[in-house]
Amino acid sequence: MAILDDGLSPEAMLAFYQRLYPFKSIFHWLNHEPAPSRLFVNREFAFTLQGDVYLRYNSFANADELKKQVCTLNPTRFEIGPMYSARPRDKKTVRPAAFKPLQRELVFDIDMTDYDSVRRCCSEANICSRCWVFIAAAVKVLDCSIRDQFGYKHLLWVYSGRRGIHLWVSDQEAMELTDEERRAIANYLTVVGGGKETKKKVNVRQGSKPLPPGIGEFINLLQGVFPPLILQDQDSFAGEAGAEELLALLPANAQTEPLRKKWTANPDKSSEEKWDDIRNQVKILGKATASGKLLLAAMEDIVLQYTWPRIDAEVSKHRNHLLKAPFCVHPKTGRVCVPVDPTRIDEFDPATVPTVGQLLKEVDEAMVINNEDGAEGAQHLPGKSLFSQHRSPRKAVSSHELGEGMFSLHDLQPSESRSMSAYAFTDRLPAFFPSRR
Amino acid sequence: MFKSSSNTRDDGGSSTGEVSRYSTLKYPHRLNFYDKPPLGDVTIEEFELFAIDRLRVLGEIESSWARNRPPEELKKIVVEQYTKYVPLDSNTAKSADLGEQRRKDHIGHFVLRLAFCRSEELRRRFVKAETALFRVRYGNDDALERREFLKSMMFDWSEMTEEEGTSLRDKLNTLEKSADSNVFLKARWTRIPDLVEKRRVVLKGGWAYMPVAEESALVFNEFQKTLERALEATAKALPRLDEDARIVPLLNNLSQGFLSGANFDWGSSAASTAGGLTADMIDEMARKHFPLCMRYQHEELRKRKHLPHFSRLEYGLFLKVLGLPIEEALIFWRKSFSKITDDKFNKEYKYNIRHSFGLEGKRANYPAKTCMQVIMERGQKDMECHGCPFVTFAPENLQTALMSMYNVGSQDMGEISHLVKGQHYHVACTRVWEISHGVKKGAGLDGESVTHPNLYAAKSRELEKARVKGESGEDVVMAEG
Repeated sequence: MAILDDGLSPEAMLAFYQRLYPFKSIFHWLNHEPAPSRLFVNREFAFTLQGDVYLRYNSFANADELKKQVCTLNPTRFEIGPMYSARPRDKKTVRPAAFKPLQRELVFDIDMTDYDSVRRCCSEANICSRCWVFIAAAVKVLDCSIRDQFGYKHLLWVYSGRRGIHLWVSDQEAMELTDEERRAIANYLTVVGGGKETKKKVNVRQGSKPLPPGIGEFINLLQGVFPPLILQDQDSFAGEAGAEELLALLPANAQTEPLRKKWTANPDKSSEEKWDDIRNQVKILGKATASGKLLLAAMEDIVLQYTWPRIDAEVSKHRNHLLKAPFCVHPKTGRVCVPVDPTRIDEFDPATVPTVGQLLKEVDEAMVINNEDGAEGAQHLPGKSLFSQHRSPRKAVSSHELGEGMFSLHDLQPSESRSMSAYAFTDRLPAFFPSRR
Repeated sequence: MFKSSSNTRDDGGSSTGEVSRYSTLKYPHRLNFYDKPPLGDVTIEEFELFAIDRLRVLGEIESSWARNRPPEELKKIVVEQYTKYVPLDSNTAKSADLGEQRRKDHIGHFVLRLAFCRSEELRRRFVKAETALFRVRYGNDDALERREFLKSMMFDWSEMTEEEGTSLRDKLNTLEKSADSNVFLKARWTRIPDLVEKRRVVLKGGWAYMPVAEESALVFNEFQKTLERALEATAKALPRLDEDARIVPLLNNLSQGFLSGANFDWGSSAASTAGGLTADMIDEMARKHFPLCMRYQHEELRKRKHLPHFSRLEYGLFLKVLGLPIEEALIFWRKSFSKITDDKFNKEYKYNIRHSFGLEGKRANYPAKTCMQVIMERGQKDMECHGCPFVTFAPENLQTALMSMYNVGSQDMGEISHLVKGQHYHVACTRVWEISHGVKKGAGLDGESVTHPNLYAAKSRELEKARVKGESGEDVVMAEG
């Protein structure tokens, strides 16, 4: 049973599905109640098999059936779709009109690649702790917006395994949103736009009018994120190119010529100094004058352009969009897509997320410890019983609410292992289950 | 629904049961939410006539959209049309037979429901056109009567309370229409997704707060949703109507008339005649005939050896309608994506290309995007390059692009920038066509302006063909023709 590398051998994946993947939790989370309902039975699962074969429209009667099929196919990952009006596996036998997506979690996807034009540390598929700050800011804004403005409570944030984060909203109203309403929500939350050749990508107000509701609430938060992230860490406006970037974002009619002169004369100025120059310029112009107001508004718009969440709106707009299931393994990195606590998002470091290999090794070690403990441990190997043995009383309460076989990765950590303890998502799981009663 | 009553329609409230409820004062309001079916006898002639008259109005609305008429003009035309075919006068108009007018409006609507409830596509179009008609009528209804009508509907949105008002005051003041509003409304946000999308409401805990001036949006959304639901219910009940041999053929006729009347997608017929392009001709074609949006994507493709999804779709459909057959399209994309393996290409791209030609999935023959769609569906992400460059490009990037690709001189540049600033994107594009084709200003594409990227390319090719013909004095067959 020794799987030493983090490599994603089919054997390691199979062991992960057989011994670790929390099928029961996924079932309860999707199903909203203990007995299988249409929310699970009519739910689409799509598998990506080894060699990129893609199987759509699978559906299952219960968690065990899902587990059995996953262990048989041993996919590299699988995705969750909507609840249809009929069972997806019967798709070919029902009339197309009788096969429609009805309900689905409202989902959001934030991906680091959309930040390529504003991050200087990495690009494309790479991610480091410095770029994670962008994601952390996005999570704070989005989490607050969804809870406070839209009034949804059952939010589950999941690390996507490489360079992004997913949000699943399971409130009943959110489940039932039409595509039109989803599109509205996605566009409401999209502030930065315009494509490659657009320079000023934030156009949400006219002139120097106040920011519209929904955005204005967050400007203070983002103005706090902006200096350390953009001015210091990323140093986005350094050099001549940076100065040009910044000048292009300032309104032409706000008397920015002195700034241009200053910066061409002294191209070595840091981003922070340039930002201060703009601020001084506002003072010179006077905050109450038309051009002073314009410049202030432009500064806010710049903060938004660099830090506002860049969601992949297409994912959110359609009920039948598939999204990778939580706890799947990212095929390239081997990291598990673990739930993330939005209130502690700043502490999250993608580099410390456990990989399959690491987890399996820890399970092996735990088994050895159990064996040394005595005969009792030996009967409880491996799998579900292992988890129940390690369950603490506090967690048992939450498990009771959710039905038998409740599971958490936290439980299976030997006490000396710290790799997962940072997430402690067990405590939070009950909040993800909306009550239907 | 039409066989429910034995009463004649001019019963003066003397009848019994259900009918009497409607017959005393049948239609107190000019506007109608069509939430109650008409009761009473309808002759088969009226049944058909009322429907056809209403269909004329709806057909005109659809064709106005297809021709991209501005809202003001659309409104004018709709008013003209319905005063001619389905007039509705306000309560103060004494001369007209109000009851009869409103009965016609009512019955016509319900007959068309029967005709258009059968497929999703028909339902969608019917709802869209009916809602537009309702909007126009709502807009020019007498303010007092409209208030009465709204009161009678007893909608379930409410006025904002004092406490809510004080806590949200600051945010409400930033809304566009709240300047002189004292009354604010409160409704679940899902009732007005369009206002949420445009950030014209304040959201708090899933409730949307808005100035009373936005009430019309609530009414229109309610109208649309009620009608959608009703159509689906009608669709389910429709099979029971099949018994009547007189009505079914009539309904079939009506729905077909609607379908054939308003198919303005450019290019579905032109595609078959153009044909004969090959993959290696595209480079030259792009230089000579493509509008900036497509030219830009083509250059990006050459530069990056790749294009993002929406570009592949937009540019791919453009090439399809231009006359690039599927075999050549596959060669074109395969060669263009030179950095990826055959295996990756076959797995990730081939299906979508075939899909856009109607060879996979639901096998629909997708039309190329019109200018309207290109303008609306602009890219959001950094690497995306679809959409209308006149909209998306920063001014200096646009100027550089026009100068290098279309030889637009500085004397014309000012004019084009001005047009772009005034958001007359298609006029700017038409001007570029004129300049680059040496046609005098205002001549356009044979008098038309650019409304479709394929129109731009087709007219450009036609012109070239005509010129070659003119120069050599004989019938020369162009390489791509």
